This record gives sequence, structure tokens and C-alpha cells, in this order.
Amino acid sequence: MSQLQAVNDFVVKFANVNGSGSASANKLFAQSILRMGVTATPRNIFPSNIQGLPTWYEVRISEKGYMGARGGTDLMVAMNPQTWDQDIKSIVPGGYLFYDSTRVIPPSKFRADVNVIGVPLTAICNAQYTLSRERQLFKNIIYVGALSALLDIDPDAIKGLLAEQFRGRDKLIQANYNALELGRDYALKNLACPIGLTVRRADQIGDRILFEGNAAAGLGAVYGGATVCAWYPITPSTSLAEGFTKYCEKFRKDKETGEKRYAIIQAEDELASIGMVIGAGWNGARAFTATSGPGISLMQEFLGLAYFAEIPAVLFDVQRAGPSTGMPTRTQQCDVLSAAYASHGDTKHILLFPEDPNECFVMGAQAFDLADRLQTPVFVMLDLDIGMNDRLCAPFKWDDTKRMDRGKVMTAAELDAGRDFGRYLDVDGDGIPYRTYPGTHPTKGSFFTRGTSRDRYARYTEEGAAYQDNMERLLKKFRTAATIVPPAIRRDAKDATKLGAIYFGSTAPAMDEAIDMLAATGIAIDALRIRAFPFGAEVETFIEEHDQVFVVEQNRDAQMRTLLINELEINPKKLQRVLHYDGSPITASFIAGAIEDTAASLKIVPLRKAVS
Amino acid sequence: MTFLPKPKLHHPKLAENGLGFTRRDYEGSISTLCAGCGHDSISAAIIHACFELDLPPHRIAKLSGIGCSSKTPTYFLGNSHGFNSVHGRMPSVLTGANLANRDLIYLGVSGDGDSASIGFGQFAHSIRRGVNMTYIVENNGVYGLTKGQFSATADKGAKSKKGVANNDEAIDLVAVALQLGATYVGRSFSGDKAQLIPLIKGALAHKGAAFIDCLSPCVTFNNHEGSTKSFDYVREHNAAVNFLDVIEGREEITADYPAGSVEIVRQHDGSLLKLRKLANDYDATDRIAAMNFLQQHHARGEIVTGLLYVDGESGDMHDLLGTAQHPLNGMNDDMLCPGSAALEKLNASLR
Ligand SMILES: Cc1ncc(C[n+]2csc(CCOP(=O)(O)OP(=O)(O)O)c2C)c(N)n1
Ligand code: SF4
Ligand SMILES: [Mg+2]
Repeated sequence: MSQLQAVNDFVVKFANVNGSGSASANKLFAQSILRMGVTATPRNIFPSNIQGLPTWYEVRISEKGYMGARGGTDLMVAMNPQTWDQDIKSIVPGGYLFYDSTRVIPPSKFRADVNVIGVPLTAICNAQYTLSRERQLFKNIIYVGALSALLDIDPDAIKGLLAEQFRGRDKLIQANYNALELGRDYALKNLACPIGLTVRRADQIGDRILFEGNAAAGLGAVYGGATVCAWYPITPSTSLAEGFTKYCEKFRKDKETGEKRYAIIQAEDELASIGMVIGAGWNGARAFTATSGPGISLMQEFLGLAYFAEIPAVLFDVQRAGPSTGMPTRTQQCDVLSAAYASHGDTKHILLFPEDPNECFVMGAQAFDLADRLQTPVFVMLDLDIGMNDRLCAPFKWDDTKRMDRGKVMTAAELDAGRDFGRYLDVDGDGIPYRTYPGTHPTKGSFFTRGTSRDRYARYTEEGAAYQDNMERLLKKFRTAATIVPPAIRRDAKDATKLGAIYFGSTAPAMDEAIDMLAATGIAIDALRIRAFPFGAEVETFIEEHDQVFVVEQNRDAQMRTLLINELEINPKKLQRVLHYDGSPITASFIAGAIEDTAASLKIVPLRKAVS
Repeated sequence: MTFLPKPKLHHPKLAENGLGFTRRDYEGSISTLCAGCGHDSISAAIIHACFELDLPPHRIAKLSGIGCSSKTPTYFLGNSHGFNSVHGRMPSVLTGANLANRDLIYLGVSGDGDSASIGFGQFAHSIRRGVNMTYIVENNGVYGLTKGQFSATADKGAKSKKGVANNDEAIDLVAVALQLGATYVGRSFSGDKAQLIPLIKGALAHKGAAFIDCLSPCVTFNNHEGSTKSFDYVREHNAAVNFLDVIEGREEITADYPAGSVEIVRQHDGSLLKLRKLANDYDATDRIAAMNFLQQHHARGEIVTGLLYVDGESGDMHDLLGTAQHPLNGMNDDMLCPGSAALEKLNASLR
């Protein structure tokens, strides 16, 4: 039988039962590979509604540093009998199956083209431990030990991690070492080690860190000066509010008095969440909510108010597959349009698209400056793939000289000095008016905030001209926004090309890899990663400079493409759809395949062929 | 003409309060409600209460939802920041505002449609959370602004102007507020200034969730024969349990009262509530007794008014959350940003 051979380039998938303590053992496995200087990218897969609560943890190991999902499994660690059949099916021919061989499994349950590795995990465990909790936890460490021998992972890397994890609890460290050795010993004595898949030390990681996008965004909110968080639990956004809570407790609680320099409310629903955020923003605090598509739907009316009454608010939308409850534990980029044009009437909102946890942190902080500067809601558009997975990313950085940009806020002193205050008066020509915080001055600067039309001095009016004047100023403000939001990042191919690709958010790692794949087949393509809406001038330029532009996104209806066509008045024929929306993270082979197919149908001759 | 500023001519003889302000300094622009609307009397009572309490107008934030009642914040406290939010959602906006700055006084104004129909959930949850606010529902049993449909406080059997009876059970917001832990609960009538003004004063001085249900007849859509929210009906069925006097400062009560006729409650800020009893068996500091009393008298068709419950020792949402005394909206970078050193430490733990 063929045996897959690969060094630092394969996919291991763990099939577990939820709550079996496997999560930390699986993370240990991924981290040990990182400690060996090799890129490892873990992803959680957890259906929301299947009996027995299976969970999967996939680790892609890539010598070239690719971090997008790859698809297919080279080594399956099948620890969940309930998903056995499905798990066996997903192994590539010549791949490997690792399983607990304590109980005899009939031969019909295996595949002839898969290499089987049985380790009697339960038997080893039962011989060693008596407490059932110990048996369960150490069984996970035993399989990590056995895998380390099979894949040639340095046991010292694992031991180092265990020692750090349980620092100060020497007994626990030793117990984990023992379990690890039990697994290693068994494999080394009874199995042919290593198998065809091995990890070899490299030097790819540098100073990068492994972190979750949601927690990074929560941390960004702490650094960005957010003091009020109002939220309602929903997968996959919950760990964002929890991350904010955790870092507030760590950094914002007075050491002596216990006083909190933050307030977190678990609201009764998303309407109340956004209402509280708007109330706090109106009153001069930096406030945010974290939610997902269904929550954004509920917040629509309030978002129109915040847009029209010009109140800063930050929303983290960790997107999941819709519509309705859709696939609540699967990833998509399907709220682009519902966020960009949220609410009734003519509205447009600021969107930010982080690509990884580092940008979740950066944009998580920056969103508050933008919201204050532009006095409007700002959406940070994460998705489940970045939000709920640990991902290797650049370390977090902070400039200590940076100060919060609170935007145009008129003070009591300025009012006393006789400055004219009109809440909706465009004094600087950028469409952004001044505001005052409630309670600023005994007799000057107060105004009435409302969702109904008003004049430049915030006085209620139903005069069409005044209404239109205000709506036009809001457009002007939006044009100002396009000049201060993070610009798109362009990466041109080595060879000149008339093909371009636009992508954003969690598609980034798969896109990086797809560009290399396409280059190998002779298709050169320039790439533009959009980081914000409204689009800066660079986006229009990029599209102008290419004959065909592929818009790669993770939804059915090509929402980003629609937004580009609508906002920049692009000829739709010029923008080709590349759409991946089955709920799994987009892969490089999907993107490259789709682009190759379209290129062929458009009769675009690959560069190399054209030259030869 | 959609905006009517009031001429700011100060009459030389207008009385000044402790801050040197006159009544006019607490007024807003001219009301555009129907002449005789109960809501305008409540606005007048609010102006009166704030003036008498010497509250600096700019330290009050007035918030409302949508409805005729919710329009009224334009008609009082012109030097205060105001926020006319969306229908039924004033409580969440007020809660957020309060989170941002605990030092201001929060006045929420709403209607029965706004609070008992579309906004019933937000009303309930803001009370539960103990938000430090004065929450007034201007209760007319109908949606005035959309021309007279029944709201959720309309009594079962009450007749609309077109003669159609309401078949649904009424929500009594006072009963709900009591059950959900409001620490100051009153009911009054827009036609009874003497009762309403001190009730509002007590609520403004109260720390915690203070709720006032104020019956406020809609003269245009719900003041006819067969209505249970008309001026005549409310006057006939009004059963006041006490009469309130709010005494500021820490001065002691010196006068002697016959035993059992007066109850004194000291609030958090030192203000004293002097309750002259009208119903001898009524104890305004006993929540459960108040709930029972209310139900019994409701069954008799009486509208119980007065200060129905007060907890002088109450706390608020910030006490429960443990928020800093310094308002969150006034914190600077040093107070909020952990800085690069903390981040470096965190980075090191993530490798
Ligand atoms: C979402 C939404 N639905 C419906 C309306 C229409 N609307 C405006 S005011 C109102 C009812 C107001 O009734 P109430 O709160 O009792 O105030 P009143 O006018 O009686 O003082 C309704 C239904 C609205 N503004 N928003
Ligand atoms: S319609 Fe009714 S509630 Fe509205 S202003 Fe007129 S009287 Fe008042
Ligand atoms: Mg009403």
C-alpha cells in the first residue's frame, strides 16, 4: 500500500467528543510544531446541533508558511466512535488513520487504501490510572505522546510547553510528562516510527504569536479606550465580549479599591445592546457591542438613528453562515451588505475588515478613533474563521505616545470664548460637525438629539431643503471617511498582468497561497486586499488598471462585488465572482481553480504559454 | 413653522431659586401638543420640580422614546441635553448614557405605548438593573401620535372613541415595577399638580430606579365616555394613599404629628420624604404589602395613587457593577490604556 510521504507539509485532523478535555491536548500538539519553528495552523470545527457533540480540530502544517485551510486529511486521529465512518472517508488515499485499538473494530470499518495505526490508548490508560477524570485527561496526553514519536516531533518542545502551562505546579508537570512518555514508549516499541509524515525543525516563526481573533479584538477595545460594552451572547462572537472582560479585569481594575474603569452589561437582547452603546456614545464614552448576523438584523432601526443623529458606536460583527440561524457554527462573509447599508432610508456605514488576530487588535482599537472622529457607527467585520481560531500572527504593538482621538468635541472654554456651536454645522468643510457632551456648560452648547430632521443648529424642522442639506453633508462626511480609513493593500505580481484579484478578511491566507499556485501555472495576478469601506481611491485605480478583476469572497451573492459596483460605478462585466460559501473556510485550491477556469473561459492565455 | 423659541424676556419679579435661576430657565420651547393634553401638565410639573430642587439644568439629561409623550422633553429644560431616541427603546439609551457618566441626573420620559407595548422588555430590564433614573410614563391608554389605537395599558372593557371595546388585559406598569425591584414607585395624575410635583422631586432625589406612572388623558383620542383614562374617570376613581412632601437638606422635622399619620423616609442624598398618610393601613416601605394593596384596590376599580413604595437605602446599577466613581466618559489614556509594556508581556506568553 502506498504511504503518503511529506516533511512539514500535511494536515492532521483530530476527531473528538466535546468536553473530553481534548482541546488543550490538541493545542499542545499544534504549539509543539510551532516551537519547532514550523508553521502550524489550527482550526476548530464544531457543529452546533449533532448528538454526541463531536468536535474536530484540524492542524495544517506547512513548510511554506501557508495558513489557509487546505482541505483533505493526511492523518486522522479518530477519537470519536460516533463520527468514525465520516472521519475514515475524509482521509486522502495513502493517508494514515490513528485510533484507539483497545476495542476490536471489524475490518470492514477500515479502508484498504489507508494506513492504520492502532494504539490501545484506553488499555494503557486504565492500567496506569484509577480515577476516571485522570483517565480521560491523560488519554489525550498519551495520544500526543504517541503522535510525537510517529511524526518525529521533539518531545522537549512538548515538555517545555507543559512546564510553562503548569508553572509552579510541579506534581502536575511530572504527571503530564509521565503520560507523554507512556504514549511515546508504546509507539517507539510497537510501531514503525516515524511514519511517512514528519516534522523537521525549521526557522519560520520568528517573533510571531498564536492568538484568537475574538480575544485580540477584545484586547484592542481595551487599548482603544472602550469603557462600555453591551452585548448579547451569540456564536461566534461571545468570546469577544469575554476577551474584553478578561483583559479589563486584568488591566482596568484598581489594585487597591477594586473599582472598575469599565462597565459590561449582558443586555436582554441586541436591541438593548446597541441602544446602550448609542446612549453611552452620545454621552461621551467609548462603547461597543459584539454580535453576529442575527444581532445586526435586530439592530437595524437603531443603526439608522446613530447614522442620522451622528453618534459614535463600534460594532464587532463576527460573521457566520446565514440567512436566519443558517449554519451558526460555520464561517462566512455574508453580512457585508447588511452592515454597509444597515437600516431604513439612505444610510452608509464604515466597515473594517481585519485579516488576522493582529489586525483584529489594531482595528479593534482604531475603530474607536474612527467612530469618534466621524461620529458614526463603525463595524469591525470578523468572521468565525478568524474569530474563534488561534492563528499565527505578528506580535501586538502599541505606541505609548499615541492618544485617543476624541474627534470634534467643543469644550466649555470654547463655548465661553464665544465659538458658534451648531451641532450639525459643517465648519471645517469635511462634513464633520462639532458635538458637546451632555453636562458641558450651564447655558451654552446643549442640543436636542433626535432621529427626525432638523436644521444645522439641531432645531426640529420638516423643511425639505434643510433635510436635504443635512443628507448631503452626511455624504460629504462619508467621502472624508474614505480618506482616513485603512487603505487597501496592493501586491503586484512579478510580471505585468491585466488580471487582478480583490479579497478581504479571512480569505487572506488562502489568497496568498492561491497567487503562488496560479503563478506556478503561469497565471500572473495582481492582488488588492480591501481593509475598509468606504473604498479609498486606490481601489478604483486598481480596478481601472486591470481588464478583469476577480472578487474573491465567502458568500453566495457576491456582496463585496455588489458594493464595488454600486459605490464605484464599475462595469459589472469587469468583476468576476469567486464565491465560496459552504461554511468551511475558503481554500487556495478553490480560489486558484476558480480563477483558472474563468481565465480559460475568458480565453486569457497564461503568460508563459503566450511567450513560448 | 416647526420650531417655536420662547421669548427669553425675564420678568424682573420672577422668583429665583438657590442657584439664582428662575422658572424660565427650566422651560423649553413652546409645546406643539393639543391644547389641554395631559402631557403638558406633566412637563410643567417637571419644570417646577427641577426649579424647586435647585438642580442645575445642564446636569440633567432628558431622554425619551417616540410618541406625543416622548416629544415633551423639547418643551422643558431647554438648557439640558436631550435625546429623542426610537420607539420603545429609551430605557437602553438611558442605561448606556448612565453607564458613561454616573454624575448626571437622568430623566426618562415615555408613553404607555412606548413602555408597555413596544418597549415593555426594555422598561422591565432597566428597572431590574436598578438604573439610577427618574422614569415617567405619561399614561393615556392610547397611542396618541398614531391617532388613538389602544395601548397595552388600556383597561379591559374600555371603549375607544369609535366605540370599540378593548378585550385584552391591561398591563399595570406600577405592579410590574414593584415586582421587578424598582426602589421608588409612584402613581399620579396629570390633573393633580399638588400630588405630582413632590412625587417627581422625590424621584429625582432618589438613588436607583424611580418609576412614576402618571395618568395623562389624551384629550383628542381618549377623553370620552367609556374611557377609563379620561379626566372625569380618573378623578372619580382616584384613591390617593398618601401625600408627599420632599424636604431637602438634613434639617430635622420638628413639628409633632399624631402617631401613625406621618411617615418619614430619609433617602441616600439626605433628602427627607415626609409622607402624610391618607390611607391608614398603607405602609410605603413594605414592597409586598404595597403589591397586595394595589391588587385589592385594583379589583375594586380604584386607581391607587401616591408614593406607593420607597426604599431609602437603595443602591444603583453602578454599585452592583462596581464601577469607578470617576465618570467613564472622563477617563484619559493613562486610566484606560495598559500600554506597550503590558503588551510585550502578553506577546511573550503567546509564543
Ligand atoms: C418602530 C416604530 N413603530 C411604530 C411607530 C409609530 N408610532 C409612533 S408613536 C407610536 C405610539 C405612541 O404611543 P405612546 O407611547 O402611548 O405615546 P402617546 O402618543 O400616547 O403619548 C407609534 C405606534 C414608530 N415610531 N416606530
Ligand atoms: S393626540 Fe392626545 S396625547 Fe397627543 S398631543 Fe393630542 S391630546 Fe396629547
Ligand atoms: Mg399613550
